[in-house]
Amino acid sequence: MALYYTEDQAMLADSVTGFMADEGGIKKQLRHWRDTNCKDGFGHGLWKQFAEMGLTGMLAAEADGGLAMGHVEAGIVLAEIGRNLTPSPFLTTAVMGVTALSEASDELRGRWLPGVIAGETVLAMAIDEGAKHRPDKIACRAERAGNGFRLTGAKGFVIHGTSADALIVAARTSGSDSDADGVTLFAVPKDAAGIGHTAVRLVDSAMASHVRFDGVELDGSSVIGEVDGGRAVLNKVLSAGRIGAAAEQTGVGSGAFAMTTTYLKTRKQFGKLIGEFQALQHRAAHLYSELEIAEAVVIKAQQLLDGGSERAELMVSVAKAKAARACNLAVREGVQMHGGVGMTDEYDIGLYMKRERALTEFMGDANYHAERVAQLSGY
Amino acid sequence: MSDLESFRAEIRAWIEANCPEEMRRPVQDEGDICWGGRNFVFKSEAQKQWMEVCAAKGYTVPDWPVAYGGAGMDPAQAKIWREEMARAGARPPLSSFGIWMLGPALLKFGTEEQKVHYLGQVARGEIRWCQGYSEPGSGSDLVSLQTFGEDKGDHWVVNGQKIWTSYADKADWIFCLVRTDKANTYQGISFLLFDMTTPGVTTKPIKLISGSSPFCETFFDNVEVPKSQIVGQLNRGWDVAKYLLGHEREMISGAGGGEQTSTIGKVLTRNGLDDPMLRAELAQFDIDALSFAAMGEKFLDEIKVGKAHPAQPNMMKYAGTELNKRRHELLMAAGGSTALEWDSAETRGGAPARSWLRTKANSIEGGTSEVMLNVVAKRILELPGA
Repeated sequence: MALYYTEDQAMLADSVTGFMADEGGIKKQLRHWRDTNCKDGFGHGLWKQFAEMGLTGMLAAEADGGLAMGHVEAGIVLAEIGRNLTPSPFLTTAVMGVTALSEASDELRGRWLPGVIAGETVLAMAIDEGAKHRPDKIACRAERAGNGFRLTGAKGFVIHGTSADALIVAARTSGSDSDADGVTLFAVPKDAAGIGHTAVRLVDSAMASHVRFDGVELDGSSVIGEVDGGRAVLNKVLSAGRIGAAAEQTGVGSGAFAMTTTYLKTRKQFGKLIGEFQALQHRAAHLYSELEIAEAVVIKAQQLLDGGSERAELMVSVAKAKAARACNLAVREGVQMHGGVGMTDEYDIGLYMKRERALTEFMGDANYHAERVAQLSGY
Repeated sequence: MSDLESFRAEIRAWIEANCPEEMRRPVQDEGDICWGGRNFVFKSEAQKQWMEVCAAKGYTVPDWPVAYGGAGMDPAQAKIWREEMARAGARPPLSSFGIWMLGPALLKFGTEEQKVHYLGQVARGEIRWCQGYSEPGSGSDLVSLQTFGEDKGDHWVVNGQKIWTSYADKADWIFCLVRTDKANTYQGISFLLFDMTTPGVTTKPIKLISGSSPFCETFFDNVEVPKSQIVGQLNRGWDVAKYLLGHEREMISGAGGGEQTSTIGKVLTRNGLDDPMLRAELAQFDIDALSFAAMGEKFLDEIKVGKAHPAQPNMMKYAGTELNKRRHELLMAAGGSTALEWDSAETRGGAPARSWLRTKANSIEGGTSEVMLNVVAKRILELPGA
C-alpha cells in the first residue's frame, strides 16, 4: 500500500482541514474556553458538529451505525485537531472509547455508542495510576460482589474525566499489580455511587481528573470483553490512543512550524528579514526534515495497525516516540525563533508548546516508547 | 485475486526459483556488490548467474521501459518487486551509477537513439559508468567548474581535471560536466559522455582515511569527444546535472532501503554488553532508523506519482547520511577496542573502523549536509535570501 492518502482519504482531509480551521480555530475554541474558565475545557457545540461531519463514528462498525474507517482516517482528523489546538473529546471518545466498546457486548455497545455517534456522549479513559504512564502495573481493584463487582482504587490523568458520561476503567480482577493477566475493562457510568473526582486544569488548559473509586458497585453487564482477559482489549485501546496522540502531535508540530516560518519571513532585525540568516535557515530546514519523517512513520504505523500487521505494536511505539521528539523540537524552536513575543500569552506559539508537552505525556513519552522498542526488538 | 496480488505471487515464485542461495545472504563487503562492466570480475558463478537471469527479464532496472532493457513495471508493481526482493533477502542483481544516476537523466533528456544504446548496455551490466562532476576548485560550488571543451567542428577537445570520481579506475565510460562557454556560468556547461579508454584520459586513485581508494583524480589531456555524445542541449548541461543530482542524493540517502534503514540495537546482546546508556542510545537510533525507512518508502511512493516536492531528495540525502554517520558511531562504541583493530582477521581487515571512517564522506559527497539544508531552506521553505 502506498504511503500517501487514497482519493477518499484526500477528500476527507480536505473537508476536515476546512472545518477545523473554520470551527475549531484557536481563538474560537481553545482561547474562548480557557478564558471563560469552562469546567469542561471544550465546547459541546463543536462536539455535536463533529457528529454532523460524521467524525464521531469513524471507527465504529457499520452495524453500530459507524463508518468502519481506520486509524489513517482518524489520524487525518487528529492532525487537524493538532494544527488548530482544538479542544475536543475526539481522541478519548471516538478513538480510544470506541476501540474499547467495539470489543464489548451488544448491550454495552447499544448503551453507549449511539450517543457517541450523535455527538452527545463523552467518554474518558481511566488507565494511568501514577504520574508516568505505566499500564503494565494496574492496582485499582474490582472484586467480585454478588452478581457484579465492587471497584476500589484511584486513577489519574483522566482527560475529560468530569465531563464524561462514562469512564472506561482498567481494573484488576485477579492476580497481583504487575501481572499481565487478571485485568478487566469496565464501562462505568458517571452517576455510579462512590465515584469521587478532583478536577485539575492542565498546562494546555485541558481538564483532567484524579478519580477515586470507593467501593463502586458495578453489575456484570458493565464488563467490556472477558473478565480477567482485559489486557488484549487494553492493548488495542493503548495502540489506538498512542497512534492517535502521535497523529495529533504531527499536527501540533506542523502548526507550530507554519507559524514559525511565517515569522521568519516577516520579522526584521539588523535591517534584514531574520529568515535570511543562515543559522536560522539551517535549523528550520533540519526541523522540516524531522517533521516530514515523523509524518511518514505515523502514517506507516497507522496503515500497519489498520492492516492487523504483527509489526504494528512496534511501529506504533516508534511513531509515538518520533512524533514526540519532532514536535518537541518544533515548539522549542518555535518559541526561540519568535524571540520575546514567543514568551507572551498573546502569541499562539506558546499554546503549541503547552499542548505538545501534554500530548507527549499522554499514553507514554518518548523514553517510555524507546524502552518498548528495545524490548520488542529483543535487546 | 487482484492483478497486483497475482503479480506479487508471480514475482515471489520467480525469485524463489531463480535467486541462488548465495545471493540471499547479506552483502558483507564491497566484493559482494555486482557492478558489471567490461572489466568486472565476478566473485562467484552465482553472482554472474543472478545478474544474467535478472537482466534477461529486465529485472536489473524493473521500472525502465522494456525497449530500454527494463521490465516496464508501474510504480505499484515496482514497489512489490522491492518488497519481494527484501522478503527473500535477495541482493540487488546489479548496482551501478548507470542505473541510479545516468539512467534517469537519459530517460528524461536523452535522444531515442541514446536511450536504446546506452540504457540497454547499463541494464545488461555491460558498461560501468563513473561521474565527472567535482573539480579541485569546484566542490560545493560546483557551477564554477573549469574543465573546458573546445569546439572543433564535429567534436570537442576536452582539457581539465576532475576529482572524487568514484571508481574512475574501474569504469568504462564517464558522464562528465564540461564547460563549453566561458562567458556563461550556469548556461555554459554541457553534459558529455565518453569512453574512459579515449586517448588522453588518465586516473589516479586517492587514498582515504579509511585506507581504501574508491575515489580518483581524473585527468583529461586533449580528449576528443564526438558531438553525438552530448546529452540535452549545448550549454544546458546544468539542467541535466541538477536532475541527476536529485537521483544521486536519493541514492546516497538510502531511501530505497539501504543500510541506513536497518536497526542495530541487537548488537548489544550479540556483543554481550550490559550498558544501559548505550542501550538507550541504540533504542533512540532504531526509532530514527525505522522512521527514516518509512520516510524512504513514502518518498519513493510519492516521487513515482509526482507528489514529492522536487527538492525533497535534498532533505532525504541530509537525513539519511546524518543517520548513517550516527549508526557507525554507535557501532564503534558497541565494538569497543575490538572495533579499533585495523587489519585483524577477527574484524575482517578492520571493517568496522574502515566503514565508520568511510561514512564521514556521506555528508560531503553528492552535496554537503550544509548545501542540502541551504536548498531545503530556499526551495521548500522559501525562506528569504536563501
